[in-house]
Amino acid sequence: MTTEITSRVAGSRRHNARTSESPRTDAWNHTDILDLDDFTREEIDTVLELADRMREILDRRIARVPALRGFTVVNLFYEPSTRTRASFELAGKVLGADVLSLSASTSSVQKGESLIDTVRTMRAMRADAIVIRHAMAGAPYLAAKHTDASIINAGDGAHAHPTQALLDLYTMRRHVGELAGKRVVMVGDIAHSRVARSDLWGLAAVGAEVVVCGPPTLLPRGLRAGDRPAHAESALPPVTIETDADRAIAGADVVMALRLQSERQEGGLLPSLHEYAQHYQVTAERLARAQPNHLLMHPGPKNEGIEISGAVAKGSHSIIEEQVTNGVAVRMALLYLLSGGKELPGEAAPAREEARR
Amino acid sequence: MTTLAIHNGRVIDPALGRDGIADLVIVDGRISRVGPNEGDMVVEAERIDASGLVVAPGFVDLHVHLREPGFEYKETIASGTAAAARGGYTTVCAMPNTRPPLDSRAAVESVLREAEASARVRVLPIGCITSGRAGKELAPAGELAGAGVVALSDDGDAVADPSLMRHALEYSTRFGLPVAQHCEDPRLVRDGQMHEGWVATRLGLRGRPASAEETFVARDIALAELTGAHLHICHVSTAGSVALIRAARERGAHVTAEVTPHHLTLSHEEVAFGGSYAELTYDTNAKVNPPLREESDLEALIAALRDGVIDAVATDHAPHATIDKEIEFDLAAPGISGLETAFGLAMRLVHEGRLSLPTLVERLTVGPVRAWGLDRRHGLEGLGTLAPGALGDLVLLDPEADWTVDPERFASRGRNTPLAGRTLRGGVVATVFGGRLVHQTERAVAL
Repeated sequence: MTTEITSRVAGSRRHNARTSESPRTDAWNHTDILDLDDFTREEIDTVLELADRMREILDRRIARVPALRGFTVVNLFYEPSTRTRASFELAGKVLGADVLSLSASTSSVQKGESLIDTVRTMRAMRADAIVIRHAMAGAPYLAAKHTDASIINAGDGAHAHPTQALLDLYTMRRHVGELAGKRVVMVGDIAHSRVARSDLWGLAAVGAEVVVCGPPTLLPRGLRAGDRPAHAESALPPVTIETDADRAIAGADVVMALRLQSERQEGGLLPSLHEYAQHYQVTAERLARAQPNHLLMHPGPKNEGIEISGAVAKGSHSIIEEQVTNGVAVRMALLYLLSGGKELPGEAAPAREEARR
Repeated sequence: MTTLAIHNGRVIDPALGRDGIADLVIVDGRISRVGPNEGDMVVEAERIDASGLVVAPGFVDLHVHLREPGFEYKETIASGTAAAARGGYTTVCAMPNTRPPLDSRAAVESVLREAEASARVRVLPIGCITSGRAGKELAPAGELAGAGVVALSDDGDAVADPSLMRHALEYSTRFGLPVAQHCEDPRLVRDGQMHEGWVATRLGLRGRPASAEETFVARDIALAELTGAHLHICHVSTAGSVALIRAARERGAHVTAEVTPHHLTLSHEEVAFGGSYAELTYDTNAKVNPPLREESDLEALIAALRDGVIDAVATDHAPHATIDKEIEFDLAAPGISGLETAFGLAMRLVHEGRLSLPTLVERLTVGPVRAWGLDRRHGLEGLGTLAPGALGDLVLLDPEADWTVDPERFASRGRNTPLAGRTLRGGVVATVFGGRLVHQTERAVAL
């Protein structure tokens, strides 16, 4: 096995033939959104530019555009989620889609209710897009293999959360502009974080310099390029690994704290939450080492006092709440692109440069 | 008197050091004569032209799961042994993780009865190490030995309790049974889904570290040396395990080992990339315990097989139904249906020049027989060889035949293979068990 693995392994998974008429969406080649590992820089730009237009719609007094009338979105959540689910629901509703949300407990999966069956049933009811949140990595890939409805991964185990990564990129870009060369530092439970994994792909695509930082027990194996065989060097995004939070945060343009789940302590990965907080909590003191105009982010839900101090979470560098708003805009853009959408009704197609801000 | 004459094949019989063109005559189920033109001396016989083919002893598999009783929707003794015959196997040792598990005389006897009725080839049952495979107390090894088991194993799970494992080894010496351990410490494995490494990180799947296997290999070797028992390491998968086994054997410990064709040839990349890198997958057909490892492990396993530190190629044939595999990766059952692809897959090593054909044949035949002393058993004298008087079990092989793996055409009920659609070079042309053809392809030409 000597073929080089490119970071776009799944680039040609399924071609979308319906974009050619529209100049807005020409750099868009997805019928599913499973991870960002198969997104090109141009595709990411397309999403973020469109998200800008969606953000405008969202900020209107009456945020309603019938762009997705007749388009059916099913939220299939096998894991509890408040914000991601609400975000998709609102995104669909603002654009006039029919949105149905189902929570299937993981226990029903173990009782033998098959994911494939459920997805096929939803498709038979004419679902156009199925948004899947699942505790098990790869579940959306299984679904995508068995239906021609668009599958959107809303978080699968520790694997990926591509819509979160896109909203993170969008939020960063609104404040920072060009992200190439910017130092983005993620602090926390990297090993179990699907947000971190998808952010890594997205940030790599736009050329940011990424640092991940956490205790050695919460860093995944093989993330360091030197730990992989030569042919697999690009099989994971380039990243600097750091176990000392002070060193990691030094000079950061963006600092992202990741949620620490209390199971990690029970699983013997950490001596105590107290000790974790001492060494890895994102605090004002640590942020003093970052760039003066740094941004502070968190994918939520936060444990204030554990991975992030309450003061900085509410502080002037924090853009955590804006992430949530932008999440709706980005998901609107994604649903719209998956629907094969062209120009937004009642809108003149904006020039690209204008949309980019 | 029935006579089968096989003409002009390249007879490879590693036990006797034979490798050359010869005829082979089987009379009444036993090898009668082997040598140039011997077939012409026989007047009345069924004849097969083996020109251009290899004639070898029937393969012996120390590790298959036949699933019967209890999991007949995955495999039966009939379908599993039909798959064995197609794979060139004439003897298979059946693991006891059935329902009920083979931890009593009655359970073992029921398998032997069913094998008598429906098996295409010889089935040698393996008994449990612990009652119910629960890892709590010893199964009655004496009773199981009396019923005819050839080894003890809780395969699928390791005996985790070190004290119990020590006693299992100690006790086994009374009955001369090897204790075959699936070496993976469940406390290190936890809910790991594949090899812990960069592919698992890429896929977000929890890992099973190599050290989960190696710590148990080291522990069990120490216990085997303490007790003087015969420890057999099932499906060795890491370079670290190989080093431990090598050192133990150099010290004279009674440790034997097997390796599967898939651990010799496929790496953990199989799970994510299916060997092509064209598309990211979560291939549950490449989910197996112990997991597929890294290239450096493959290298060490091949070297160990070559120099005899690993005695045997064993398939760990683990058939599963579609519903066990076409589900979320975490829920999918581990295992590969391996009997029908074993020879073709292992031949990859021969074609790549990393293993000689006679060595591969040795590890598929007399290697496993001697590892477990199967030929010391009553009725199995000469097993794994083509010596005159030995059992008429043999296989005709075409080492150069290219064929495409099509699971839909498997005799096994288990279609779970990561090799679907791949081309293998090296095929089984015919299988003879007890002097009777139990499998043949069109390539087997009657004279």
